[in-house]
Amino acid sequence: MTINIARRGFIKSSVWGATGLIVAFSIPLGTRFMQVAAAAEADKPLPAPNAFLRISKDNTITVILAHSEMGQGVWTTLPMLLADELDADWKTIQVEHAPAAPTYIHTAYGIQITGGSTSTWSEFDRYRQAGALARALLLQAAANTWQVPVSALRTENGHVLHGKQSLSYGQLAEAAAGLPTPKQVTLKTPAQWKFIGKATRRLDSAEKINGTAQFGQDIQFAGLKTAMVARAPVFGASLKSVDDRAALKVKGVIKVVKVPTGVAVIAEHYWAAKQGREALILDWNIADADKIESATLVQQYQQLAATRGVVAANAGDTTTGLTQAKHTISAEYVLPYLSHAPMEPLNCAVKITDAGCEIWTGTQMQTTDQAAAAKICGIAPEKVTIHTQFLGGGFGRRANPRADFVSEAVQVALAANLPVKTVWSREDDIHGGFYRPMFVHRAEIGIDSNGHPLAWQHTLVGQSIMKGTPFEAFMIKEGVDATSVEGVADSPYVKATAHHHVSLHSVESKVPVLWWRSVGHSHSAFVMESLIDEMAHASKQDPLALRRRLLKDHPRHLATLNLAAEKAQWGKPLPAGVFRGIAVHESFGSYVTQIAEVSVNQGEVKVHRMITAIDCGLVVNPEGVRSQMESCVSFGLGAALKSEISFKQGRVEQSNFHNYQVLRLNEMPIVEVHLVPSTAKLGGVGEPGLPPVAPAVTNAIFAATGKRIRSLPIGEQLA
Amino acid sequence: MQLSINGKMTELDIPEDMPLLWAIRDIAGLNGTKFGCGMAQCGACTVHLDGQAVRACMTPASVAVGKKITTIEAMQDDRVGQAIQAAWQSIDVVQCGYCQSGQIMSATALLKQNPNPNDAEIDAAMSGNICRCGTYQRIRSAIHSAAKSLA
Ligand code: FES
Ligand code: FES
Repeated sequence: MTINIARRGFIKSSVWGATGLIVAFSIPLGTRFMQVAAAAEADKPLPAPNAFLRISKDNTITVILAHSEMGQGVWTTLPMLLADELDADWKTIQVEHAPAAPTYIHTAYGIQITGGSTSTWSEFDRYRQAGALARALLLQAAANTWQVPVSALRTENGHVLHGKQSLSYGQLAEAAAGLPTPKQVTLKTPAQWKFIGKATRRLDSAEKINGTAQFGQDIQFAGLKTAMVARAPVFGASLKSVDDRAALKVKGVIKVVKVPTGVAVIAEHYWAAKQGREALILDWNIADADKIESATLVQQYQQLAATRGVVAANAGDTTTGLTQAKHTISAEYVLPYLSHAPMEPLNCAVKITDAGCEIWTGTQMQTTDQAAAAKICGIAPEKVTIHTQFLGGGFGRRANPRADFVSEAVQVALAANLPVKTVWSREDDIHGGFYRPMFVHRAEIGIDSNGHPLAWQHTLVGQSIMKGTPFEAFMIKEGVDATSVEGVADSPYVKATAHHHVSLHSVESKVPVLWWRSVGHSHSAFVMESLIDEMAHASKQDPLALRRRLLKDHPRHLATLNLAAEKAQWGKPLPAGVFRGIAVHESFGSYVTQIAEVSVNQGEVKVHRMITAIDCGLVVNPEGVRSQMESCVSFGLGAALKSEISFKQGRVEQSNFHNYQVLRLNEMPIVEVHLVPSTAKLGGVGEPGLPPVAPAVTNAIFAATGKRIRSLPIGEQLA
Repeated sequence: MQLSINGKMTELDIPEDMPLLWAIRDIAGLNGTKFGCGMAQCGACTVHLDGQAVRACMTPASVAVGKKITTIEAMQDDRVGQAIQAAWQSIDVVQCGYCQSGQIMSATALLKQNPNPNDAEIDAAMSGNICRCGTYQRIRSAIHSAAKSLA
């Protein structure tokens, strides 16, 4: 494949940096947020891909990541892309996070962000081009040195070779840096790939097993203080007064300052900050707060769900369709608020000087954080430096359009006039909002005797994630937040139903909500795949057979269904007491079938095995895909079985891992991952495994017990 | 307060009730041991006290006086720790990595007491260590593999 770089109008500079050759690309920006599909195509107006690599004289190749490493493996995958084109020696690869800068803007999203399961596909061209361009420069430098044509040279394992002569990339880096950049690069054909497609171990293992990997939490430098913020106990409450006399007496407490989110205690270390915070006497004005009760909230949502909302998809006439039906399924599904609860509680270190504002944190959204910090400090965004650290899990929580934890840390540092690291306790994290929104779905489906839907009427009720964010303009169309209805309004089942109507009630609330691993699919797939099972049961169909028929024109769904079914030996009896459930769902450009093998004993659900089949298009690192599938099963299963954020008198009832429960090792099923061989366009991997997990499990529970689980978490419902 | 951390006597000026976790992290400056919950629910802060796995977030530093504290930073000099780390790397266990210091400390303590644990014994020893990235399946096989390599 030849890509004409000039046409794409980039290559800004090829300059000699402090440590060697730096290759930088810059393409003029013309993007609409989340024009995902369009952006990946070369002929569409291109967004701004950029890439950096550094080649040092000692042959080290440093790959600079435009995306944040949060467990999903970009620290390995993106270097694989670059190394393949560069013919790099894998042992010489080092990796670092990019700073916050326009150069590193997401090729599809138009801001610097890690999310939406996009990192690999959105960088597939950019990192390969960077590698190819660097290789071309190194070849030219060698050709000049040896006075031979480039065509007489080849590259291998970090060297340019000519007959028996050889020069390492490190030896050539300085000469290469002075050369004019080529107007074209030729990318390799898949047959020439050495890294892409090969199971590759992670490059960040060594530092993550010996304690040296640096997370935001680990930032320490002379003069840096620790701060904890006392925040409102109810969303929407404001501070009336604070008595900080006792807090200031705690040994190690330095200052107490007010910030917009509450009262910050600045101390020499975490323990003093925590004790100081506990000693504050706080009076909150909760008059205008949202004193919600979960039970009441569910009822309100249910009432709304009984009426149609703003139309998200519509065809035919569902009333007519429903009267023609042989059976009617009428069901209501309830899903709770969920906290991301990444393993590393939130934190953010800030140092403000005359030169600007420096921030150390694990973030998924550098651009917004930078802009928010700049605004608070009253300086230009370029004056805000973000040092992205390893993220101790993200799952969406560290990509906040409102830049909550970064803004707050900047406010604290400003008010305290000291370099500070704000640290959240686990309780702060669980109470801190930005949850996966609670949702109620109500569906009436009329089916014929074969289980095929004739009419599908579906109403969703829940808060909009996009409302009030900078993405509202792109993501909310005619009153419908696309992320609220994804997986329903665009479902192949719904679209194939002659009479269908999907509508949405977007509820207003002071509870802040946010994307949580797999966003809208985290609730919609559970509902849709449960409904399909209900239809199969009502029409006495095998759940797999019905799905195969309904999805007969969707080869990629089908391929994962068939692969999973074959590997699970669907139809063959399981050991006594063990039952299967199946679910398939498309999200983030990938297709996943999960088959759960489950037993229920005295109300206890045990998931023995999950068979996962994924078609995520071309696979860059099969080992990375497997890891992410295991991760999705664990994350999705914990939520399905146990996790819930609920409210009493406006207060969150959970506080830490004893009552916000997540999956533990003894509950982890055997996860068998199977990849559908595919050369299709790359899809996502970090999220798509999750949506079908819960319905596969609850469908198996139905097979085992005859009880249809229509609300999550499963909790004690079978007791 | 005098604490022996990784074989080194260290004098720390800290209050009696300060949890060992913060003494190790904020005072001694050893950052490998992690904070995840502060209430013995997640295992991120696991260290060894005279060879025993303990949750440093709920252990007052004063309890550790006169005992040997071992943290993740010392595992590369420990025979069992090395085997665990090697297995972790070859099975590609880590994801975000934040829980992994604690996982490795728990796993190492387990293998020291029980060189060949079965699955139920691994469940018992490791279920106090949460991994939000869900690396559990690989943790289990890495423990088995390390046990084999040490046999
Ligand atoms: S931080 Fe100690 S167990 Fe969680
Ligand atoms: S590797 Fe991320 S929490 Fe365990």
